Amino acid sequence: MRADHLSIRRWDRLSGLMQYAFLTVVSAVMLMPFLWMVSTSLKEPAKVFLFPPQFIPTPIRLSNYTEVLQSIPFHLFYWNSVYIAALVTLGTIFFASLAGYAFARIPFWGRGVVFLLLLSTMMIPNEVIAIPMFLFLREIGLINTHVPLILLPIFGAGGVFGVFVMRQFFLGIPKELEEAAMVDGYSRAQIYSRIMMPLAKPAIATLVIFTFLASWNDFFDPLIYISDRELMTLPLALSLFTDESGTAWHHLMSASVMATLPLLIIFFFAQKQFIEGVSMTGLKE
Amino acid sequence: MQSTVVNREAGVKKRRSRSPLDRDANRTGWLFVAPMVLGFALLLFIPLMMALYMSLTDWPLLGKASFVGLDNYQAIFSDKEFWKVLGNTLYFAAGLVPLNIGLALLLALPLAGKLPGMGLFRTVLFIPVMTSLIVWSIVWKYMFATDSGFINQLLQLLGVTGPSWLYDESLAMPVVIITSVLKNVGLNMVLFIAALQQVPVHLYEAAKLDGANKFTTFFRITLPMITHTLFLTIIMTIIGSFKVFGQIYVMTQGGPVGSTEVLVYYIWEKAFKLYEFGYASALAYVLFIIILALTLLQWGLRKRWVMHEG
Repeated sequence: MRADHLSIRRWDRLSGLMQYAFLTVVSAVMLMPFLWMVSTSLKEPAKVFLFPPQFIPTPIRLSNYTEVLQSIPFHLFYWNSVYIAALVTLGTIFFASLAGYAFARIPFWGRGVVFLLLLSTMMIPNEVIAIPMFLFLREIGLINTHVPLILLPIFGAGGVFGVFVMRQFFLGIPKELEEAAMVDGYSRAQIYSRIMMPLAKPAIATLVIFTFLASWNDFFDPLIYISDRELMTLPLALSLFTDESGTAWHHLMSASVMATLPLLIIFFFAQKQFIEGVSMTGLKE
Repeated sequence: MQSTVVNREAGVKKRRSRSPLDRDANRTGWLFVAPMVLGFALLLFIPLMMALYMSLTDWPLLGKASFVGLDNYQAIFSDKEFWKVLGNTLYFAAGLVPLNIGLALLLALPLAGKLPGMGLFRTVLFIPVMTSLIVWSIVWKYMFATDSGFINQLLQLLGVTGPSWLYDESLAMPVVIITSVLKNVGLNMVLFIAALQQVPVHLYEAAKLDGANKFTTFFRITLPMITHTLFLTIIMTIIGSFKVFGQIYVMTQGGPVGSTEVLVYYIWEKAFKLYEFGYASALAYVLFIIILALTLLQWGLRKRWVMHEG
């Protein structure tokens, strides 16, 4: 079965075109909800369900945004989401790198067993521990506070994942660096904070993005543990709007744009790090 | 993996004999891992055991809990609702997994190549992964609205009257499946791209010399070379699909007529709407066992592959 070169080249060009066509169609489907979200967020209420559909609204109505900001404590939801995600990220980086370093480099008794035990908990679904956790938190008065939203992810599956990522990274750092520092009289804590952590920037960056995103988008935990409006995070607050009959779509869409846009902008600038981080951890996991 | 083990052993021996630090390696080591281990014990292990105990009790919101043995589990197996919910979950998984994996692979094949512009496509296709599932589901719910939703308006432009998607018993689940595929396909796509780019180029060159066509090359070289990633990704995706919740909560609330009521939604309803904590814990343990089995399968496969490769 040997085809002549001319037809192969023609076939290559055709398949190249088909590849572009296919990617363009799928990308268009992926972008459609974003375009429609932005478009609706700028529409007058009466024109939201206008037929035929209007992509570029006339007139453009920016007041949808200000109305949302005035009618609901949007800034509170935003702040709750931001500061919870930030604390979860900070906590995860700190505790996971500390443990990850010890698992990689300090030959303490029971290291292997403890590490395996930690790893095996990554598969415990959140939903299983949610019920006893809910009752326990209610008992000690921490229901309807941000404490569970901050502490549970740090020491849950996300934190364990962090320990794993950090350990893998520290294993790859040459031992000679540490040994030189030991000769200089550094303690373990000093080696960790002055030598290992500065070297671990790429792993930390990956972990920051993963952890922040997971916390920012978390829905199940806030749904269970939070009931006061002022304490809600963005996803939970947004989900409640759809419950009400006669949803004000123009407002809901402008709220959605405000909730989505900052993260997409960050992603746009950090995408290389992010996508490489995903493939790195995904393959070695 | 193997080389790190060897390194570690050699390092331990060397350092034991000369480093003053490792005299108290046990103390420092445990000190470093203590917060994580304590947190894990308190926030993960104890609740897990507690849930197991609760699944063996009748535990109402108010009043005393009573030990009932395996009654809850027995009740689950004769609960018609449970079987329907499990069926729905399997339906979701059976729809989502092949679509997600297939589309991710189809997208990854050109994206792993060297044609210009692939970086841009990769970015665009990854955006939904970055987006909140709740926002994504809200926007799609709006687009699939029966009266003058965007999708039905497009159909109307073509002269077709669109169905009432999310309010139609046979269409609601397919809509949820498709929007979920679009949300997460970018993640598997990126994993496949990385795997495809690691296939040695000389294999393709050899195949070309032998006159193999594109399809033969794909099935005889590409696919065998990425089976490892493929299987792990499939299992991760199955696990994820058993835990589906957010999109159901936003788009259908389990309806219409329970046609999209899935396992986690059922657990959530039983626990946090009806406060049947004992029964809900037993349901959660059923979910746990399913996921445990899938994870063990994944670990087993991985171990076999690692040895095979080594």
